[in-house]
Amino acid sequence: MPTVHSVLPTLAPLLPEIILSVGVMVLILYGSFRGERSTEGVNVGALLLLVLAFFVVIGQASDLKVTTLSGSFIQDGFAKVMKALVLLGSAAAILLSRDYFQRARIDRFEYPILIVLCTIGMMVMVSANDLIALYLGLELQSLAAYVIASFHRDDLKSTEAGLKYFVLGALSSGMLLYGASLIYGFTGTVSFPGIVSALHDKAGFGIVLGIVFVAAAVAFKMSAVPFHMWTPDVYEGSPTPVTAFFASAPKMAAVAMTVRVFIGALPDVTAIWQQIIVFIAIASMALGSFAAIGQRNIKRLMAYSSIGNIGYALIGLAAGSEEGVRGIVIYMIIYLAMTLGAFAIILSMRRKDEMFESVEDLAGLSRTHPWMAFCLAMMMFSLAGIPPLAGFFAKFYVFAAAIKAGLVVLAVIGVVTSVVGAYYYLRIVKIMYFDEPKAPYEAMPAGSVIVLALSSIVVILFWLLPAPLVGAAGAAAKSLF
Amino acid sequence: MTAAAAFFYLFAGVAIASGFMVIAARNPVTSVLFLILAFVNAAGLFVLMGAEFLAMILVVVYVGAVAVLFLFVVMMLDVDFAELRNGFQQYLPVGGLIGVVFLIEIVLVVGSWTIDPGLVQAPLGNVAAGESLTNTVALGRVLYTEYVYFFQLAGLILLVAMIGAIVLTLRDRPGVKRQNIAVQNARTQAMAVETRKVPSRQGVEV
Repeated sequence: MPTVHSVLPTLAPLLPEIILSVGVMVLILYGSFRGERSTEGVNVGALLLLVLAFFVVIGQASDLKVTTLSGSFIQDGFAKVMKALVLLGSAAAILLSRDYFQRARIDRFEYPILIVLCTIGMMVMVSANDLIALYLGLELQSLAAYVIASFHRDDLKSTEAGLKYFVLGALSSGMLLYGASLIYGFTGTVSFPGIVSALHDKAGFGIVLGIVFVAAAVAFKMSAVPFHMWTPDVYEGSPTPVTAFFASAPKMAAVAMTVRVFIGALPDVTAIWQQIIVFIAIASMALGSFAAIGQRNIKRLMAYSSIGNIGYALIGLAAGSEEGVRGIVIYMIIYLAMTLGAFAIILSMRRKDEMFESVEDLAGLSRTHPWMAFCLAMMMFSLAGIPPLAGFFAKFYVFAAAIKAGLVVLAVIGVVTSVVGAYYYLRIVKIMYFDEPKAPYEAMPAGSVIVLALSSIVVILFWLLPAPLVGAAGAAAKSLF
Repeated sequence: MTAAAAFFYLFAGVAIASGFMVIAARNPVTSVLFLILAFVNAAGLFVLMGAEFLAMILVVVYVGAVAVLFLFVVMMLDVDFAELRNGFQQYLPVGGLIGVVFLIEIVLVVGSWTIDPGLVQAPLGNVAAGESLTNTVALGRVLYTEYVYFFQLAGLILLVAMIGAIVLTLRDRPGVKRQNIAVQNARTQAMAVETRKVPSRQGVEV
C-alpha cells in the first residue's frame, strides 16, 4: 500500500501569503458586489492587508531556515528582509496612486487588488526553493504587472506599454522555461538543494546552456542590459503611479529571485555564471549612465537610472560572497527609499489636471516649493552616491565586497560610471536651484507626503544609525551561506 | 512491436505534414482544421508512449477548446491573412537564423544524451518501482498532496488573468437597455396598463 499524505504540510511560514490571498479574495467579492463605489474601501483594505502581512513577516524568525510544501517554499532571513521590502514597495504604490487615479478618472477598485496579487507573486518568487515555484511566482507577478501597465486603457501610450511589456515578458518567460527544462533534464530535479547536490562543481554543456537561458530571463525581469529595451518605453507609457510601482517592489523581487537562483541553486559552479553577471553588471552601469544623459522625460530618466542601479547591485552578486549578498540587500533597501521618494515628487508635478513629466518643468522648484526641492535634491545626491547620504553607503558595500572577491576592475568601472551618472543627477539639482521658476505646482497629496517623508528620513539619516538596516542585511546574507 | 512502429510513423508523418499545411494553406479556416489534425496525431503519439492522460488532455483542451476558439476567431474577425503573409519574405532571414540556432541547440542536447547517457540524470520519480499505475492515478496522487502549492498558485494566476481581461475590456456603455428581471417581475397591471378616454377627432398625447 503506498503511503498517502494524510497530514497537512506546515503552513505557518506561509502565513503572510495566506493572509494576502484570502484577504484579496474577500476584497474581490466586496468590490464586485458594490461596484465602483467600493474603490475607497478596497484601497484601504488592500493597504491594511499589506501592512498586516508586513508585520507578520517582520515577526518571523530570521535565523531559522524552514522549508515546507515538499521543499518548494523556503523561509529564511533573506526571504524575510526581501519580503518586507516588497510589501513596503507595494503599500507605497497604493498610497501614491490614489490622487492620480481619481483625477485621471480611472479610479477603479481592481488596481489595489492587482497590486496585492502581484505582491503574492513576488513573495512566492522571494521564497522559491525550486524552479516550478519560481516560475509560477514570476508568472503571477508579471501577469498582474502587464495588466496594470495598461490600466489607463483609453490612453494610447499606456495600452502600448502594456502590450509591449506583455509580448517581451512572454518571450522572457519562455526563455526561463527553456533554461529550466534544460537544467531539469541534466540534473534530474527541479529543487534547488537537489540541483546543488546533483551538480557538485562539475557542469556539462547542457547545464551551461540552461544557466545562460535562465540568466537571460532574470536579466529581463530586472531590466538589466542587454535585456533592458522594454524598460524606458514601459516606464514612460504606464500611468506614473504604476511606473513608481514597477521601479520599486518588482525590482526587489527580481533581484531576490536572481540571488536565490545563482547563490541558492548554483553555488558550486560560480565560475560559469560569474562572467555572465560581470558582463551584465558592466553593461547595465554603462548604459544607465550614458543613455540617461540625453533624456528629457523624467520617467524615462528614472528608467535608465533603475537600469544603472541594477548594474551596481549585481556587482554584489558577481562577488558571490556573503559580503556581496549583504551589499545587494543594503543596496536594494536604499534604492527602494530613493526611488519611492523621487516618484512621490514626480507625482506632485501637477497644475490644474495637467501632469508635467519633463526635466525642465522642475526649473526653479527651490523657490516655489523649497521643501520638495530639498528632498528631491537629497534623492539626486544620494543616487549620485555623494556622502554622507544613503546612496554612498549602498555603493560602498557592493564595491567593498567586489574588491574583497578580487574583482577590482569591476569595482573601478563601477566608480567611473557612477561619476558619469552623477552628471545627470546633478543637472536636475542645478535646474531646480538655478533656473528661472515657472508657476507653482499644486499642493502635494497626502499619500505622496507620507511616502516622501519616510524615504527622505532613510536617505538623509541613514549614516546616523546604519546598524539596524546593515544588521538586517547581514542576517539575510548569512542565511544563504 | 512492428504495429507500434507502424503507428508511430503514421502519426508522426501525418503530424508533420499537417503542421506544414497549417502554414502553407491559403484559407485560414483550412489552416485551423489542419492544426486540429496535428493535435489529434500528437495525441496518438502520446498514447503510443503510454501517456494516456496527456493524450486525453490534448484532445479535450487543445482540440475541444483552443482550436475551436481559433476557428471562431478566424471566422468572426476579418483578418486578411494574405496581407499578413506579405512580410514573410522580409522576416525569413531572422526567423531562419533563430530556427537554425534552436536546431543546433537541440542537436547538441540530444547528441550529448545519446553519446553519454550518464550525463543526463534520471528524474527522481515518486512512483515506486514495480508498481503498476496508470499515469492518471499517479498524477492524481501527487497533484493535491505534494504539488498542492503549485496547484493553488496556478489557480491564482488564472484569477489574475480573469480580472485582467475584465479590467481591460469590460465597458459600461451608456444608453444600452438591460433586462432587469426584478423590475419585470414586480410589474403589476396598474403600472403597465393605462386606460384613457380618447376624445373624438383629437387623439391623446402619448
